[in-house]
Amino acid sequence: MFDFSVITQWIDQLLRGVMPDAAALVVECVLIGLALLLGYAVIALALIYVERKVCAWFQCRLGPNRVGPFGLLQSVADMIKMLIKEIIEIKHVDRFLFGLAPYIVIIASVAAFSCLPFAKGLQVLDFNVGIFFLVAVSSIGIVGILLAGWASNNKYSLIGAMRSGAQMISYELSIGLSILTMVVLSGTLQITELVEGQADGWFLFKGHLPALIAFVVYLVAGTAETNRGPFDLPEADSELTAGYHTEYSGMHFGFFYLAEYLNMFIVAGVAATLFLGGWMPLHVPGWEGFNEVMDYIPSLLWFLGKVGVMIFVIMWFKWTFPRLRIDQLLRLEWKYLLPINLLNLLLMVVVVVYKLHF
Amino acid sequence: MNSVNRYIVNFFAGLRSLLVGMRTTLRVFFRKKTTERYPENRKELVMFDRFRGELVLLHDSENRHKCIACGICEVNCPNSTIRLTSEMVTDEAGKKKKVLIEYSYDHGSCLFCQLCARTCPQRALDFVPTFEHAVFTREKLVHKLNREGSTLAPKPVAENLTV
Repeated sequence: MFDFSVITQWIDQLLRGVMPDAAALVVECVLIGLALLLGYAVIALALIYVERKVCAWFQCRLGPNRVGPFGLLQSVADMIKMLIKEIIEIKHVDRFLFGLAPYIVIIASVAAFSCLPFAKGLQVLDFNVGIFFLVAVSSIGIVGILLAGWASNNKYSLIGAMRSGAQMISYELSIGLSILTMVVLSGTLQITELVEGQADGWFLFKGHLPALIAFVVYLVAGTAETNRGPFDLPEADSELTAGYHTEYSGMHFGFFYLAEYLNMFIVAGVAATLFLGGWMPLHVPGWEGFNEVMDYIPSLLWFLGKVGVMIFVIMWFKWTFPRLRIDQLLRLEWKYLLPINLLNLLLMVVVVVYKLHF
Repeated sequence: MNSVNRYIVNFFAGLRSLLVGMRTTLRVFFRKKTTERYPENRKELVMFDRFRGELVLLHDSENRHKCIACGICEVNCPNSTIRLTSEMVTDEAGKKKKVLIEYSYDHGSCLFCQLCARTCPQRALDFVPTFEHAVFTREKLVHKLNREGSTLAPKPVAENLTV
């Protein structure tokens, strides 16, 4: 299996050869930042296209099919439109916070994005509390949403932001607990070790029942965390026009839009990493030939494929279920997901202590 | 105990209904798409039969229509879309008869309610499923429905007997 750290180390050696260490570090940081932002933008564009296609197929339509072959250039055209649009100055807004909010949302999203293990050796941030850092940093986005709602000086925006706050703080618990369940199984918080631990079988199979429950709970809570349907109360087009980003225009709106799609990618990526082995190919213990064949598929493809499946499931949720009411939303979390999650954590501890897992 | 039971039953019933919903949408996902790729497929695109595109006065192969210029369609039209011009003609037997000169139909103000075609005692009118009707001026939307040189079709013998 190809290890991407060969490339990164080669670049590192090259830079250290021609300039002092400190300068090399700066250049590397800039390069990584550029690569991240580029990947972020490209994935967001791809996801917007996929979302529109999937949505159309669920409604017996064809979706975008005019711009480029199969409408592939549609989201590029949309991006150009978004970039050249005017950012409208709104009267009576808190100018500073209003401008700051989209950047907080996008920074939180990029920071969480940089924790994902894309392929073997292709990971930006990797340290001993990696998954914990990811959860922490991705929750910063809620600050941006609350700021956007508050600074807009608009009651719809404020209602949207408050709902979003209640929703994200509640569902953060479920996400945290289901991740904790998997951490109990793997015994590590470091993302590379989490992936390495699944070399002889993905955690979803290794942890059988408790892992499956944690997986389902994670998916539900993750969908809620991204503010997507059926949990899209913060936006709720039919009630609140667009919730917290009603007053935003141009690229500021674009940032919220990008962050929403990238958060979906991050949630799917974490689900793939924790439950489906990250970039690790499908290995069945004992089937040597099968395992070898699986190793020939590049690790990047494995990761993107798993993420793609998870994203499809999240979109499937969105286009199947009607939107929840705020009380139903909170009831689902506090009366169902949380108790189930706590029991599941206990079950996982029992499974791990008595070595009942594979 | 009752409430605990209800909690558990509700949970699984809810889960089941969600899965049923997801199965349904997945079926729709793989269903044939209904979107028409219009300008590309205008050669083979067929509108469904009941589509009301425009009113026509039916003509047979010998350029004969069935309109007896009774004016029922004109009276029934809510928008005064139809204007009939007719004249009185006396035939060889000395019988006076109304004959259609011009059947004028304003497509632009038509409501497509089909009251004209339904009330026609001769069943001389029908709606056809054409759909490319865009023109540049309103005058072009006023059509003359009876073709040049068309005549009244003689009543079939069978119909004569029933009357």
